[in-house]
Amino acid sequence: MSANIDQLYNFALLDEDAKRAIRRSLLKAVALPGHLVPFASRDLPIARGWGTGGLQITLALVTPDDTLKVIDQGDDESVNAVNLRRLITRTTGITTTVDTAAATVIQTRHRIPEEPLRDDQILVLQVPMADPLRWVEPHLERATVMHGEADYGKMWVYLYESVVRAGDLRIASQYPVIVNRRYLMDTTPIPRWDVPKLHMAETLYLFGAGREKRIYAVPPYTAVEPLQFEDYPFRTEYRPGQRCARCGAENAFLTTHFVADARGGRWEATCSDANYCAKRRAQAEATA
Amino acid sequence: MGYVAVRGGAEAVARAEELVECLRLMGGSTPLHLPQIRDQLRHAVSRAMHEGALYAPLLAALAVKQAEGDSIEAAFLLRAYRTTLPRVMASLPVSGREMMCLRRISASFKDIPGGQMLGPATDYLIRLLQPALANEDMSVVVRAAERYEALVAIGGQRPGEVGRFPKVADYMRQERIIVDVPPDLAREAPFDITREPLTFPCPRSARLQAMAQADTGSLMSLAYSSVRGYGDAHPTLVELRYGYLPIQVAHPLTGEPITIGEIEATEAEVASKAHSVVNSAEPPRFNVGYGFAFGQSELKVMSMAILDSVLTQARIGSLSGESGPAADEEFVLLHSDGIEASGFVAHFKLPHYVTFEADLRVLDRARDHHAERASRLGQLVDQALEEQR
Repeated sequence: MSANIDQLYNFALLDEDAKRAIRRSLLKAVALPGHLVPFASRDLPIARGWGTGGLQITLALVTPDDTLKVIDQGDDESVNAVNLRRLITRTTGITTTVDTAAATVIQTRHRIPEEPLRDDQILVLQVPMADPLRWVEPHLERATVMHGEADYGKMWVYLYESVVRAGDLRIASQYPVIVNRRYLMDTTPIPRWDVPKLHMAETLYLFGAGREKRIYAVPPYTAVEPLQFEDYPFRTEYRPGQRCARCGAENAFLTTHFVADARGGRWEATCSDANYCAKRRAQAEATA
Repeated sequence: MGYVAVRGGAEAVARAEELVECLRLMGGSTPLHLPQIRDQLRHAVSRAMHEGALYAPLLAALAVKQAEGDSIEAAFLLRAYRTTLPRVMASLPVSGREMMCLRRISASFKDIPGGQMLGPATDYLIRLLQPALANEDMSVVVRAAERYEALVAIGGQRPGEVGRFPKVADYMRQERIIVDVPPDLAREAPFDITREPLTFPCPRSARLQAMAQADTGSLMSLAYSSVRGYGDAHPTLVELRYGYLPIQVAHPLTGEPITIGEIEATEAEVASKAHSVVNSAEPPRFNVGYGFAFGQSELKVMSMAILDSVLTQARIGSLSGESGPAADEEFVLLHSDGIEASGFVAHFKLPHYVTFEADLRVLDRARDHHAERASRLGQLVDQALEEQR
């Protein structure tokens, strides 16, 4: 542990009671895959909606021996990731890494790393909405009854209407899935590309929604199936021929951004997973 | 000296005013100077200006002082002043492209032409109280100037840079990602809700003006309801920029544009996930919402831009799922003005004993009716019991 930890605060900022309460909710969540477990959600020195749910899970989980990775949009250097990492290290002193394989706990917003995760790793996702029924039933009391009765008809109608209106299942991110053939679950705004990674995975996925005060989980080896119709199957964003302009990856989620150059600049598609891209480039250099 | 304005009312009102004045000063601390408020409470001043719909930093500082920091009261004071001024002329249209940016960010792309520039932002601040601020003296002012100079030096202006940046929205329009600026065909000059009555349906310029002077909290709450679940907003921030905007008017004789000053302002565009379906012949694009406010007022312009996009989508019928109150233009525009809303909510403090007397008489009649029915019911029950025996 590093020496410059703020002594005014408990290890990992939250008091031990708060951490225990979160761990109890986590255990319940793991026991009921995909089920929304309410928790009190403490106030934090980070704004609501900026990752306070994921942060509370991470703070409740980490021990001094953990190695932490924090990403936002797949990138360790994204401003919000930098900021959350700063708070966690300042209050725990634990080791951090950008290497996906070296991390024991990974907190993420909007992405699941490209590199397959192992059973000794935990992925903590920051969640804005929590309830996938929100778009069709914003009233929490009614939505809770619908979950209890596995009454997801309204959601199917919503999907059907999107096919009729736009000719496709018009949900870009935050794609709804059925977990363990029981609960409808919000995958958080990960792209559709990442959704299959949840299915029968080796890793424990934990989801924290701080503002909405809900925790849920997908334990290892759990069936996670995206909602789809026989004639309108779930498809990812993958486009044949797509290629990362930096590492050449053809099988990764790419984002477009502006690159300044001598001629004024150009738009490029590159891997959103910064560590994956960097590793591939290092590998290519080593073998070249 | 009674609450009711019958006799002695004038005196009561005068004494109440006096008491307010005394309470403001009775703590014994040094009276605030307007430049202190303008410089060190700049968000309070900005809020008074955009909600008061008058760009006048020192007057706004005065309003904040007089209102003892109450944001709605400060905006009210400025509006009440503004209404006494003639509208001499309208400025030429001002474009955000001309802004000398202190800050500009986009959430849509990792990097953008001209680069992301975080600038002065509290977004990533870890919210810990800073005890050092409790006891500052003039030495911190001197140090701040030095630190600012050092920060500017680190930033290192490159030759040819002027502080103006290309707009992300322009790129997205060029790539046909977002819709073009909707032509407000009905009118040439923008609608002015201070000169023309706001009736529905209203042109978009009326909507934007109404929101630009609306209460920040109300817009935030409605925008939040729409992104949280009582709506179909799904916004992505195309760009938010904050800085100084030159204001030009046409010379009354020659028509030449003349710069008459600059204002501090924030503007934002958001793209909505819902596709535009205005013209079925054209391939779909994302819709855009626009927000603008005086000062560094990021929450206000984000809320406004989200609501603008939701209202546009509601109008063209491209919403799906639960649309919620934020998609109702009348609901949004008629309930978000801080001056109107606060005035009416507070007016229930006015004497209402005439209407209340009338209410009491209606209550009497309802009670009589209840008693009559109860007694009739009672008779029937007695009758039934009698028959049983």
